[in-house]
Amino acid sequence: MTLTIPSFTLSSIGPWLTLTGTAILILLVDALSPKGRKAYFPQLSLLGLGIALLQTFRLWNHTGTDFARMVYVDNFAFFFYAVFILGTALTVLISRHYLEDYGKNLGEYYALLLFATLGMMLLAAGAHLIMIFLGLEVMSIAVYVLAGLFREDAKSNEAALKYLVLGAFSSAFLLFGIAMLYGATGGSLYLDDMAARLAQAGALTQPLTLLALALFIVGFGFKVASVPFHMWTPDVYEGAPTSITAFMAVGVKAAAFAAFARVLFLAFPALKVDWVMILWVLAVATMTLGNVVAIAQTNIKRMLAYSSIAHAGYLLVALVAANQLGAVSLLYYLLAYTLMNLGAFGVVILVGRKKDSYLSIYDYSGLGFQHPALAAAMALFMFALAGIPPTAGFVGKFYIFSAAVQAGYIWLAIIGVMNSLVSVFYYLRITVLMYMKPPEAELGPVAFTPALTTVLLVTAVGVLLIGIFPGFLYNLAVNSVKIFPSL
Amino acid sequence: MQLPILSIVIFFPLVGIVLLLFLDRKNHKVLKGVTLGLGLLEFLFSLPLWFRFNSQTPAMQFVERYAWFPSYGISYYVGVDGFSLLLIMLTTFLTPICVLATWEDIQHRVKEFMICLLALMSGMLGVFVALDLFLFYVFWEVMLIPMYLLIGVWGNPARRIYAAIKFFLFTMFGSLLMLVAILVLYFHYGKTTGTYTFDLLMMYGVAIPFHMQFWMFLAFGLAFAIKVPMFPFHTWLPDAHTEAPTVGSVILAAVLLKMGTYGFLRFNMPLFPQAAWHFVPLFSILALIGIVYGALVSMMQKDLKRLIAFSSVSHLGFVMLGLFTFTMPGVQGGIIQMINHGLSTGALFLIVGMIYERRHTRMIADFGGLSTPMPIFAAIFMVVSLSSIGLPGLNGFVGEFLILLGTFRTNVVYATVAATGVIFAACYMLWMFQRVMFGEVTNEKNRNLKDLSWREIAIFAPLLLFIVWIGVYPNTFLNKTKATTENFLAMMDKAKASQTAVSQGFKGEAR
Repeated sequence: MTLTIPSFTLSSIGPWLTLTGTAILILLVDALSPKGRKAYFPQLSLLGLGIALLQTFRLWNHTGTDFARMVYVDNFAFFFYAVFILGTALTVLISRHYLEDYGKNLGEYYALLLFATLGMMLLAAGAHLIMIFLGLEVMSIAVYVLAGLFREDAKSNEAALKYLVLGAFSSAFLLFGIAMLYGATGGSLYLDDMAARLAQAGALTQPLTLLALALFIVGFGFKVASVPFHMWTPDVYEGAPTSITAFMAVGVKAAAFAAFARVLFLAFPALKVDWVMILWVLAVATMTLGNVVAIAQTNIKRMLAYSSIAHAGYLLVALVAANQLGAVSLLYYLLAYTLMNLGAFGVVILVGRKKDSYLSIYDYSGLGFQHPALAAAMALFMFALAGIPPTAGFVGKFYIFSAAVQAGYIWLAIIGVMNSLVSVFYYLRITVLMYMKPPEAELGPVAFTPALTTVLLVTAVGVLLIGIFPGFLYNLAVNSVKIFPSL
Repeated sequence: MQLPILSIVIFFPLVGIVLLLFLDRKNHKVLKGVTLGLGLLEFLFSLPLWFRFNSQTPAMQFVERYAWFPSYGISYYVGVDGFSLLLIMLTTFLTPICVLATWEDIQHRVKEFMICLLALMSGMLGVFVALDLFLFYVFWEVMLIPMYLLIGVWGNPARRIYAAIKFFLFTMFGSLLMLVAILVLYFHYGKTTGTYTFDLLMMYGVAIPFHMQFWMFLAFGLAFAIKVPMFPFHTWLPDAHTEAPTVGSVILAAVLLKMGTYGFLRFNMPLFPQAAWHFVPLFSILALIGIVYGALVSMMQKDLKRLIAFSSVSHLGFVMLGLFTFTMPGVQGGIIQMINHGLSTGALFLIVGMIYERRHTRMIADFGGLSTPMPIFAAIFMVVSLSSIGLPGLNGFVGEFLILLGTFRTNVVYATVAATGVIFAACYMLWMFQRVMFGEVTNEKNRNLKDLSWREIAIFAPLLLFIVWIGVYPNTFLNKTKATTENFLAMMDKAKASQTAVSQGFKGEAR
């Protein structure tokens, strides 16, 4: 694909085009083909994702912008592309079996997943605030629909509606922030010259810039589910189809963090003191609330929802550190989190079966000796989420707290590790139930489909592999964050 | 090329786990037999460490070093010196004994039990040989999981889960603060020297301002003090000991607790020597409280396992007291006492396990006059109890004597208080022994108890051998630790001298 027109290169957005093409193809096939063909959507999606990943690899080490400075073509974006593609591919794999249980193996489901992924890529690569907003909306609208996929289910409806209303509200905040910034910079929304313009603008525009910053934090804070903008998370995560919950916890969060980091590091280096202070408070509140409330949950999806809030808190610590290591840890942690969280959700789907009949944590009682492999995988993901070596979760936390200590936020690191301790309690409870309690309900056979087995294998091996040999990914991540001059 | 003995010793149990995975889970005899074989092999593999160890040098031996994560300064770096050698040998020595002790005790989920046991061995050995702080931390944490499962899955049905979670959370609490301290240390070292590394030996030399040493000593110290456990962080221990299966208690007492005292010797004191001197009174007094309090509480216990658990608090208090004297006899005595406690308390837990297997109770009141139906058992129990009390000629005496000797040199008051602990120890052990073993058989159920089988005698034989050996000729063991201890003390004295010089310098300026 070397179609060159003076102002842009199509190949620099190759992955976007592929995903869009695949999504449209799926919709067309869905509309035109007789009923029997419908089973091929997952394969088509995976093919599209595979090609997109290949394109991402070929783009690796490109630098600069394209499309008249609207799109970043850099490793930071590509790293996130890879994370999104991985997350979406795993979601596709855990979806099919689950959707078939509900009789919902629809083409639009996969198309929407791919559109959402496209939106995430826009977010990670947006070089202009309007691009970022576009990405946010493309992603969010697709996810609103996906959350309400089970039309007959009141909870799914509630989830979709709640997410839509609050999401629209938060988008408005972000847009309003963009408008403020447009004024403050004197009419530019390009991330690459924003810092310089803000520096020139003088003291009079300072309140405007601060207001914009605050609105940005609200908008992104909502998407990453940081306290106090987290209220929607538990209900939406519980009500949405489990596969979509996994997708939201992983992909949406990662994309929002990508854009958040880019905006903070590129546009607001001058206001670092201010946003670091705000995020410090948000990080502590997010970690603590997420972990403490997770203890009280008995529904596994709600527990994982609160755990995902807590993890957003750890990721905010990486932003607070605002140094190179912090950015690296953000990237590493998001990848690690994708693996361990999707793995955990894979187990939740396998155990849940038959239209989510087994979602209480007590349904995991005795799993350890009924289904040893499944329980071992779940235990591994729980220990990884709790940050216990030798898993990716430990290395991720190690990086994040290293970054905080390096930046001098020792108290933040201490609060962070104490939060890990709290989290150990509820993750450990799952292992207690699995290995130390007699079975409560007869679980019966668990249908290990090839797709779900693949997910568990890939995530389990991945969690261990990048936990024991973190060097390769670390170097990739260091390479990816070199684009931030202010770090 | 030299054979990587240490790596073989650390990772052989993991290889064993892979082997176990392929065995039939229903065939318990084979599972236990294979694990016993693995344990014996493991001990065999570790023997070269003992025989080829050069006791003349304080340097690390059998060193292996591979870059693991170079951009972060993390390497796979292991080695052995006088401090770790004895503990490694103790661990590998106990492995086959523990497997043998599970023969009757563990009857369900044998395969999983053996897997946990082997994983635990691997983790503990890793802790004792790691010379890279990151590597050390990984082993330190990894080892928690199998121990937690041992207590939680195979423990006493009533309260095993409570004990397992308490054990996990207590240990985790300390180690997470230690993690932050490790990071602070890492960045401090990086900033002052320009090299970012987790290499422990390189960090030994670096100058750290006192206020930083103070906090980092406390952070590391908390992690280790919980593990030791020192008063007032000991509350997890009686629960964990009491609820764990016999073998769990043995490993917990014999090896796991030593990770705490070893941590002080290997990390806390050499890394933060000035702070270590500063904290001598605090830690000595906590150790003394532990000695007396542990002994007094032991006396009042009705449950044999709890009694031994609290006696551990007392014994480990001796070890800590010895280490914090920073004198030759004190430190060497502390090290020897770690081994002694491993042997005697390990044996005591085995003894309790054996009568529990026969009677399904551990209450002292349920026994009485056991020496009539079980004469061999009585003899062994007697020797082990006396060794735990510290009777001359048995191992406990050597350790306690050296520790008291070292303490007398530095502080007579401490030594006097500690000496009362020895008396209390005699009280609770002998009183317990009397109530369980002597007199008429009061409970009819006890009249026909079977004496020890050959398997059970085989478990005790090696333990008794070393109990006597250390008691009669401790030099075999003291020699191995001598060079390392001398070097350690020289380092500590230098740090003290420089600290005094600095503080006198301050005073001089003030004038």
